[in-house]
Amino acid sequence: MRPIEYVAPTTVEEAVAALVEKGEAARPLAGGTDILVQLRGGRRAVDRIVDVKKIPELNELSYDPQSGLRVGAAVPCHRIYEDDAIAEAYPGLMDAATLIGGIQIQGRASLGGNLCNAAPSGDSIPALIAHNAIAEVAGPGGRRDVPVEDFCTAPGRTVLGPGEFLVAMRMPAPPANFGASYLRFIPRNEMDIAVAGAGASVVMDGDTVTECRVALASVAPTPVFAEEAGAALVGKAPSDEAIAEAAQAARAAAKPISDMRGTAEYRTHLVGVLTTRALRNAIQRAKEA
Amino acid sequence: MTTVEERNYKVIGTRPIRHDGADKVTGRAIYGIDFHLTGELWGKILRSPHAHANIVRIDTSKAEALPGVRAVITGRDLPVAADMEIDDGETSLNTMHLSNNVMAHRKALYRGHAVAAVAADNQHIAEDALALIEVEYEVLPPVLIGRDAMKPDAPLLHPEQTTKTMAYRFDPGTDTGDKSNVAGRTEMRLGDVDEGFKNADVIVEREFTTNWVHQGYIEAQNATVLWNNDDSIQVWNSSQGTFNQRQLMAEILKHPVSKIRITPQEIGGGFGGKIPVYLEVPAAVLSKKSGRPVKMMMTRAEVFEGTGPASGSQMVCKMGATRDGKITAAYAELVFEAGAFPGSAVGAGAQGMFTTYNIENVLIHAYDVVVNKPKSAAYRSPGTPQTCYAAESVVDELAKKLGIDPLEFRIKNAAREGDRRADGVQHPIMGNTECMEALKATDHYKSDLGGPNRGRGVASGYWGNAGMPASCAVSINPDGTVSLAEGSPDIGGSRVSLAMMTAESFGIPAEDVIPSIKDTDSIGYNGLTAGSSTTLRNGVAIAQVAKQAVDLMRARAARLWETDVDNVDFADGVFFSKAESELKLTFKEMAGKLMETGGPISTAASVAPRGAGPSFSTHMVDVEVDPETGKVEVLKYTAAQDVGVAIHPSYVEGQVQGGAAQGIGWALNEEYFYDGDGRMVNSSYLDYRMPTSLDLPDIDAILVQVPNPDHPFGVRGVAEISIVPPLGALANAIEAAVGVRMQELPMAPHKIVKALWDKESESNGAG
Repeated sequence: MRPIEYVAPTTVEEAVAALVEKGEAARPLAGGTDILVQLRGGRRAVDRIVDVKKIPELNELSYDPQSGLRVGAAVPCHRIYEDDAIAEAYPGLMDAATLIGGIQIQGRASLGGNLCNAAPSGDSIPALIAHNAIAEVAGPGGRRDVPVEDFCTAPGRTVLGPGEFLVAMRMPAPPANFGASYLRFIPRNEMDIAVAGAGASVVMDGDTVTECRVALASVAPTPVFAEEAGAALVGKAPSDEAIAEAAQAARAAAKPISDMRGTAEYRTHLVGVLTTRALRNAIQRAKEA
Repeated sequence: MTTVEERNYKVIGTRPIRHDGADKVTGRAIYGIDFHLTGELWGKILRSPHAHANIVRIDTSKAEALPGVRAVITGRDLPVAADMEIDDGETSLNTMHLSNNVMAHRKALYRGHAVAAVAADNQHIAEDALALIEVEYEVLPPVLIGRDAMKPDAPLLHPEQTTKTMAYRFDPGTDTGDKSNVAGRTEMRLGDVDEGFKNADVIVEREFTTNWVHQGYIEAQNATVLWNNDDSIQVWNSSQGTFNQRQLMAEILKHPVSKIRITPQEIGGGFGGKIPVYLEVPAAVLSKKSGRPVKMMMTRAEVFEGTGPASGSQMVCKMGATRDGKITAAYAELVFEAGAFPGSAVGAGAQGMFTTYNIENVLIHAYDVVVNKPKSAAYRSPGTPQTCYAAESVVDELAKKLGIDPLEFRIKNAAREGDRRADGVQHPIMGNTECMEALKATDHYKSDLGGPNRGRGVASGYWGNAGMPASCAVSINPDGTVSLAEGSPDIGGSRVSLAMMTAESFGIPAEDVIPSIKDTDSIGYNGLTAGSSTTLRNGVAIAQVAKQAVDLMRARAARLWETDVDNVDFADGVFFSKAESELKLTFKEMAGKLMETGGPISTAASVAPRGAGPSFSTHMVDVEVDPETGKVEVLKYTAAQDVGVAIHPSYVEGQVQGGAAQGIGWALNEEYFYDGDGRMVNSSYLDYRMPTSLDLPDIDAILVQVPNPDHPFGVRGVAEISIVPPLGALANAIEAAVGVRMQELPMAPHKIVKALWDKESESNGAG
């Protein structure tokens, strides 16, 4: 049995120091819904767990209709979807926050943890990308911002360097006529890992799409920002043909593998289906906004 | 034959609170792992990472040297078991195979096969010790699919194994002397199939594949074992049969049965998977070696990889019918993957395959084939869900081709009393057509589907059920209650149903019977809690012990009333004098007078009943298929089952609903997903994908009651049949919804999408 040291710093600086000291053998913990399972299952080994939940900034959740949303890295999902104003302004995030795990898991699991776990299937990541989220990182060299679409580098790996950890995620205030959506496909109705997922956001001007972002889950080594899919819709009315074109661009951006959760061929197909449905949903929400 | 209404029961058919309910809902019930002994060690198993490998060398010295390690064992620490078949109730087992399965000797035959075990002061030390055991393997090519294993050039799992031929399910068989992975070849023949197909106007022939599935019980296998200094062995565990496990342990360990005592703890599900022994044997040997009690429990991955799931199969099914809808012939070739050792449920599957129907000409070739996967075990109506999936798919296609409603087609061809199964056995009184008619009368059958991409499927099923011996004892308490001692582990609510039959016999409320389940030294022999036989066989024993006790109490009343015992009768819970009508004593009053009339009364009986009533059932399901994703939503489900007499209807309904739920999982998403090297890659509940409550509709259970004439309370087995129809019913519903015939289980979303693409490209090609 490998003994594990548990530390719970109360400031960002202390946390950085605790991480720096142990290097790769230290790992931050927020809700623990991924790391504890990984440790117990022997899929990860660490000497030190740095519990970041005790740092006040990591538990802050603030929303302002002008400046936007800031989600501390340890804020659990339930606090996000239980806030009516946030739920209304960030519908894609809402879809993801209510999908992750079951009710009990949502009481602990954080969006920050979902991002740092860097699973290709992380349900919140495409939604964060669709909402233009920026990750705020603290480390020995101070603070830096990383767009969420650039955060994950490989399965389980991120841009975080030695001693760095995620402090918060920022999302701009949604403009008028904004809509977003995240959909995933699982064979069951609960308790499953996405075979494929698609997040989408749009800004409408009348019947014209002026901005559009599409991101995908479970179809590449990292979550995918399918820029071309969004670009395919911008400047157009969201006709069936235009949406099909965007879906086709999303399919082209997917690089799935075949595994126990689905074949590559099927996953590529699902990307088309889910992108179409997420876009339709986002457009509908934009019209209702 | 009397109907259940004519029987006029007072307790049977009501729904009292189960006697073990309070303990279970408050978390106080003691399950296997909750039992502790002072000084117990933790045992862990080292398992083969390879699907097929010779074990060249095992070096345990580093593990033994680790502080806190108290014993390490390998296959060499087990006695060499006899190569002998023993009856295991639901299937037969070979002692040598069983021994080799609990601990590999020389060869690892599947990934997860136990190759060594350690006992240490705690789990963590035990786990660390496993990592210190050095095993040198000579990796061999794995054989993973039954049809591949049958090929002449296939690597042999057991180089000395020869094929036996058999003519029925428990036929000892004839040895062909042919060395092969095919352990058994059964041929069941009725009439002349060639002639039958000649007389058919429509013939449908299809191939089917099903994948391995696990029973999915929540409680993992566990055992606490003490091998004492006097060579007595005590076991505390949860299994489906203490006496059966006692015998298996005795055979493997070459130890007298009388020196092994098994005390059953509460069990968290079994469904057939907790019939064999696994941890009990290594725990016993570790205890002997360490001199301390040893506790072991499997992880979920070990449960998936190291216990006994249900066989995967490759099947051919061909059936023919006349234009007016009479089935004239049925043929099947069934290849069942037994796993690493012979003994799949293919014989039972063959026996049940066409049995719902009256078909004069039947031929079934059934193959029991070893492959490098875990040794299969029983799973709820073993073998029959697979074969009936094939048969019911073909029956449905025949009905469609003939333009006959699928339920009408089944009623027209349904087997009735006196008709014969493929192995020649005649059907007794049973409720096959009654189930079909009951479904026809439902609002469900008459309702509209209510939307596009929806379909309705029906399927029927048969399961023979089992008899098996039972022993019970009752003692009459002075307060008028009755203590009932029994020896069958209670998995599906048998305590309450046995208590209710006892209460009915004595004319007292169910609450006045106190049931308890004894260890193997404290009650007579009991068969398995399997084969849907527990309530049936214990009911026979209860009728006997109650009669004996009532007769003894009549004699006491006769003594009190100074009359002859023949003048005393007992009815509706009252002893009364036939001579003087004012002389009456209730059961409770009489119980209070036992001490003054000659002392306490207790009676015991052991029985081995025959005439297990067979089970018949027909299910109907509505589904909606998302043609873009291939996902199947189960919208509405109704199951009609002949349950004989429902002793406690709530638990009978639970059995019907539970089997349907497991069948839905088997049909839609559950499977052992193997990589090319024979490694299961989804050995967790997350990735194995059993249905959750959100994946299941309300399942309407219609209890059709055709009492079993051979049973004192009309009981027939109710627990297993419910998993047989769902697979075919769902396949038929999916076909009705989107027009694709799914010939491979599970009917997972990606396969349905693929089938829809194939159908589209076919019709484009044709157009």
